Amino acid sequence: MKGWWRLMRKYGKQLLSGPYLVWMIGFILLPLLLVVYYAFTNSAGSFTTANIISIFHKVHMKALWLSIKIALQCTVICLLLSYPLAMILNKLSLSRQNFIVFLFVLPMWMNSMLRILAWQLLLSNNGIINAILDFLHLPNISILNTPTAVVFGMVYDFLPYMILPIYNSMARIRKDIVEAAQDLGAKNHTIFIKIILPLTLPGVMSGIIMVFVPALTSFVISNLLGGGKVLLIGNIIEADFMQFFNWNLGAGLSLVLMVFVIASMAVMNNYSGETEGTAVW
Amino acid sequence: MEKVLIELEHISKSYDGMVILDDLELTIHENEFVTLLGPSGCGKTTTLRLIGGFETPDTGKIIFDGADITALPPNERRLNTVFQKYALFNHMSIAENIAFGLKISGKSRDYINDKIKYALKLVNLEGFERRSVDSLSGGQQQRIAIARAIVNEPKVLLLDEPLGALDLKMRQDMQYELIRLKNELGITFIYVTHDQEEALTMSDTIVVMNQGYIQQIGTPEDIYNEPVNAFVADFIGDSNIIDGIMVRDRLVRVLDTELECVDTGFGTSRPVDVVIRPEDLIITPPSEGFFQGTITSVIFKGVHYEIEVLADGYEWLIHTTEYHETGKQVGLRVIPFNIQIMNKPESSDERMVEIDA
Repeated sequence: MKGWWRLMRKYGKQLLSGPYLVWMIGFILLPLLLVVYYAFTNSAGSFTTANIISIFHKVHMKALWLSIKIALQCTVICLLLSYPLAMILNKLSLSRQNFIVFLFVLPMWMNSMLRILAWQLLLSNNGIINAILDFLHLPNISILNTPTAVVFGMVYDFLPYMILPIYNSMARIRKDIVEAAQDLGAKNHTIFIKIILPLTLPGVMSGIIMVFVPALTSFVISNLLGGGKVLLIGNIIEADFMQFFNWNLGAGLSLVLMVFVIASMAVMNNYSGETEGTAVW
Repeated sequence: MEKVLIELEHISKSYDGMVILDDLELTIHENEFVTLLGPSGCGKTTTLRLIGGFETPDTGKIIFDGADITALPPNERRLNTVFQKYALFNHMSIAENIAFGLKISGKSRDYINDKIKYALKLVNLEGFERRSVDSLSGGQQQRIAIARAIVNEPKVLLLDEPLGALDLKMRQDMQYELIRLKNELGITFIYVTHDQEEALTMSDTIVVMNQGYIQQIGTPEDIYNEPVNAFVADFIGDSNIIDGIMVRDRLVRVLDTELECVDTGFGTSRPVDVVIRPEDLIITPPSEGFFQGTITSVIFKGVHYEIEVLADGYEWLIHTTEYHETGKQVGLRVIPFNIQIMNKPESSDERMVEIDA
């Protein structure tokens, strides 16, 4: 009994981390290894690089390019919407700030699939939006099943992930920092460029990553709002797995996408790290 | 006295119906070290922020060097501020922090580099140009904040409790640094603190404030030796403040004992506050004292002993370098010159009443 206690005292803390270790091995590391395994084998189980190379296939390249384009558009729009909002929020009283942030985060409590399905109905040719436009004698819109609808859905879905980090980094800027800049003679635009912008850059960077990455790899939004006509790299990977049962090709493309995401994140992290350390005079 | 530099005229300011400053009048001269001293909420920081331009008064005018600057934003005022929490720009190097104001005013690169060197030398942090803000201690950060302010050659430096976040030793060192800096730069310092010792050490002029009113303006000696009311006496240093009756000129009755004093003009048989500083009380054998009592506590304070004596129903505080034993029967004496007589406030609100300076 005494020996058991001693063991517990010595290894108790490590024991507590056991479940996490099991989780990480079973649900992160193992699946990742399986993806790599499938990516480098063919259906017969022998080694091949064909799955990886196939990213250069015309259809795949086109899908990847479209994905990047749409993800970039979505990220830029989110950024353009979020940054001014964060600045406006920062000027309000704290209780109002909390309320408005709550409003923006509220949709996240609902399943994202449901929200996108709702937009599908709203945007459809004889949907509610066009009904309202009819009523107002305005020309109808028909953006459903176009890349525009996909970008729209993504912006709607991912906006909170951009707002929150930017808002946080802006709220962290102490008032006396801004006052010190004023005191040293800085006018509003100088304060924005020399103080506010550099200090919120880390928030902007994490917002970009949190929007760009899911936008790049999403397939549900393009499925529902693109009507199968907007083929993103995510849709192709999904089809490889679910329709053609070609796990090897799907895994190969997933791996390429994963490397692409990691590489782009590394580039951005590097960039934000640099600008944080030294000023941007 | 040197030329008048800043005049606050009839300044009033309130937030959400709370009056912070009421009809404040203050004159500050060139090359003066002025300390605004008072407890938190007395309006001292608001006064400083009004001068700095971070607040605008509800009524009244701020005259700076002959010109009305009441409506001028902070970036157009010829003064700089050292903030309580330093407010350094973390995303810039030390040199960039110091250069901030100079770059905005469009100074040449050589000029800026020279100024950075000069300012760092002035605050004893030579060679710190390329260091990051985070790598500095609190005291060093505060020096950089001062350097960043003074390179712009302001006519006035505003300091908002700049030593509040430092430990005792550092605070004392910085007090001497600030006095040296002020003498070297020859500019006006307006200093806000709640620390009476800081105020007494550094200031040419102390402005004691309470609840939005100026209680007393004077040199440190004036404020300490001749407090105009019980608030000032209580706030500056330790004091024995006792109820007394002014029998006639130069005679006051305290705790049924009549004492000679030097004050006149309080009328006859008027209730007054009597202030006796702890170091002015002399412990004597019981028979020789004005008051007789027992020592209730003795605390060693380094330079002196802090002794409490219960005599004639009042707990007296005494500072003396001589040791006395607890429980001993003693007498207390005080020379007439060290008895300070003050008018009693007519009500508790009276403490706020403005004293014409």
